Amino acid sequence: MPQVMDKEVKQGVQQDEPIVKYENICKSFGDLEVLKGIDLDIMPGEKVALIGPSGSGKTTIIRMLMTLEEPTSGNIIVNGKNLWKMNKNDHLVRANDKHLRQIRGDIGMVFQHFNLFPHMTILENCTTALIHVKKMEKKEAEERSMKMLEKVGLGDKFDAYPSQLSGGQKQRVAMARALVMRPQVMLFDEVTSALDPELVGEVLEVIRDIAKDGEMAMILVTHEMDFAQEIADRVVFLDNGVIAEEGTPEEVLEKSNNERLQSFLHRFRNGNGV
Amino acid sequence: MIDISILDVFPVLLKGVSVTIQVLVLSAIFSYLIAFIAGFGRLSKNVLVRKFTGFYIEIFRGTSLIVQLFWFYYAIPMLFNVQVGSELMAGVLAISLNYGAYMSEIVRGSIIAVDKGQREAATALNMTRFQQMRLVILPQAVRMMLPEFGNYLIQILKATSLVSLIGMTDILYHGNMLRSTNIAMAPTIYLLILVFYFILALPLIFLTRKAEDISKKGVASS
Amino acid sequence: MNWKWDMFFDAFPFVVQGLWITIALTFASYLFALLFGFMWTFLKRIPNKPLNWLVTWVMEFIRSTPPLVQLFFIFYAWPMVPGIGMTLSPFTSAIVGIGIHYSTYISEVYRSGIESVGKGQWEASRALNFTRWQTWRKVILPQALPPTIPMLGNYLIIMFKEVPLASTIGVTGILHMANTYGAHHFRYLEALTIVAILFLVLSYPAAVLVRKLEEKMNRRFDKNEILKEDKGVVM
Repeated sequence: MPQVMDKEVKQGVQQDEPIVKYENICKSFGDLEVLKGIDLDIMPGEKVALIGPSGSGKTTIIRMLMTLEEPTSGNIIVNGKNLWKMNKNDHLVRANDKHLRQIRGDIGMVFQHFNLFPHMTILENCTTALIHVKKMEKKEAEERSMKMLEKVGLGDKFDAYPSQLSGGQKQRVAMARALVMRPQVMLFDEVTSALDPELVGEVLEVIRDIAKDGEMAMILVTHEMDFAQEIADRVVFLDNGVIAEEGTPEEVLEKSNNERLQSFLHRFRNGNGV
Repeated sequence: MIDISILDVFPVLLKGVSVTIQVLVLSAIFSYLIAFIAGFGRLSKNVLVRKFTGFYIEIFRGTSLIVQLFWFYYAIPMLFNVQVGSELMAGVLAISLNYGAYMSEIVRGSIIAVDKGQREAATALNMTRFQQMRLVILPQAVRMMLPEFGNYLIQILKATSLVSLIGMTDILYHGNMLRSTNIAMAPTIYLLILVFYFILALPLIFLTRKAEDISKKGVASS
Repeated sequence: MNWKWDMFFDAFPFVVQGLWITIALTFASYLFALLFGFMWTFLKRIPNKPLNWLVTWVMEFIRSTPPLVQLFFIFYAWPMVPGIGMTLSPFTSAIVGIGIHYSTYISEVYRSGIESVGKGQWEASRALNFTRWQTWRKVILPQALPPTIPMLGNYLIIMFKEVPLASTIGVTGILHMANTYGAHHFRYLEALTIVAILFLVLSYPAAVLVRKLEEKMNRRFDKNEILKEDKGVVM
């Protein structure tokens, strides 16, 4: 794979270089082939929405980028560096933990089920990685975290424990926790689908806010079509493990002739999408 | 004339309390230590370590504590032709290895029981494996272990009575001595011994209940 | 290393003589515990506050004091109790002593089984106008008992390993035989090792069996919480 080696040699990232590049990614769980050759580029600051029926592999795509799942074959390039493979004596070998850690520092993730640390306060949830991973002074970490908590509208809750919060509040904390790390790419894994309907709005509001700042690339796996249309620069429709349609929200959600996509959207707009 | 009463039995038994507590404290410390070592051993990535710990656990859970105690006290010195074994050492070793084996299953089970999402969130925050264990998994797993750890503390207290059989001068030993000269006092003696143990167990019972309360709070329920 | 195979083979038949006593005592005290445990559960269900409190603490007392001392109490002290006391053989004393101690644990198993049957079952039985006895026999017990079987199996294994305590009051099980052999030949190593091996050989397959049963029941009844309560009580 000479082109991969080439990329590793390049120093720095130009503005027109993708920050994340999926190259022919396949993934199987046992006999089940979930992804069958995905090619996808994400540009710095770009907002990409991944949509598709459940089981189409959209969550797997972002989980592989977060190093929670290893691809069966193919390459994921982050900032010009191969994520799951590393160079050892001029050979590409399976990445070890240290290599993964060096690269995934630029990536953050928000989960469907929040995954807040229940034994820590809201503030500690935010500061713990700053202190232990980024080796930041406690005071500085707390200042940065408090600012972020205020931004998501939970400044007054810094002392509470996750169990004392509503689902929507938990998810906003989870976003603050990921944001304080200042990732270049942020992954959202169906962040509203575990929430009661009346709590979805407050979470989308925060995402909208983050998106406006513009700096950070975002990949959203979502079932909120209207929201995807509103904030995404690009919408990617996954079906049966391949990218079946891709383009601007308008192109994909309104003008596409893809039959599978049509029926998917149709089912959704009739309110029983999942 | 048999004229001993509770007031005569009491001070005799009291002489054994310090030995009982000594064995209890040492055994508890080593049991917990072994439980963690073996619990992590069972979760090791190294197959050899995993198999070896599994073997140790099955051996000690598969045999009887009293047999292990006698084996450590009578058989080991003979096997290796050395007189390493003081009574205290044999007693603490047998109890700790036995309960360490049982409690290692709790350590292992609790670590596994921590929600998978916790580890994923820690990965997403770019923590090292060691940091994930120390900052995220263990604090929650330990909360889950507490009630069972409390229960086992009471088990260990009960187990300490066995050391009287290898000649350690604990509560039961002194009681047995007194009974051998005053068989008529046996009801008073043994009832009082039971009360002694119960009084020692009371703080442990309340500790366990407290542990259950703590454990109910602060564990992930995704 | 100072291991002698000839001693091992010499001691083996001698020690094994005690095996039947050990096994008989295991089952006898187990049966006793099953029945006595039933009594505790029954007493605890009587809706009377003071009685409840008393039963709870008596059980707590029995459970948190050493079975060895309880054994001594029954063997040495019971005959001396004025009025109701009587002399019991070592074997009988062991049945009662070990049986009573574990009955408090067994009772908890029963309780967890009964509590695992939902409130709706009681209400449905009432709606069908069952008598109390019919409700227990037809509705509650058929649901409460099966999930407790693995736990009860566990306690059989636990009590098996507890039975050698009885050698201290002269029940001639395998541990007692090994000690006798050891005292005769001034060598405990091989004889005690035989005892350990016998326990391992008998309890390990039983434990595997119970684990299998547990998994099967878990799948069938999907009642993880009550089965997880395995306290692993030895001693």
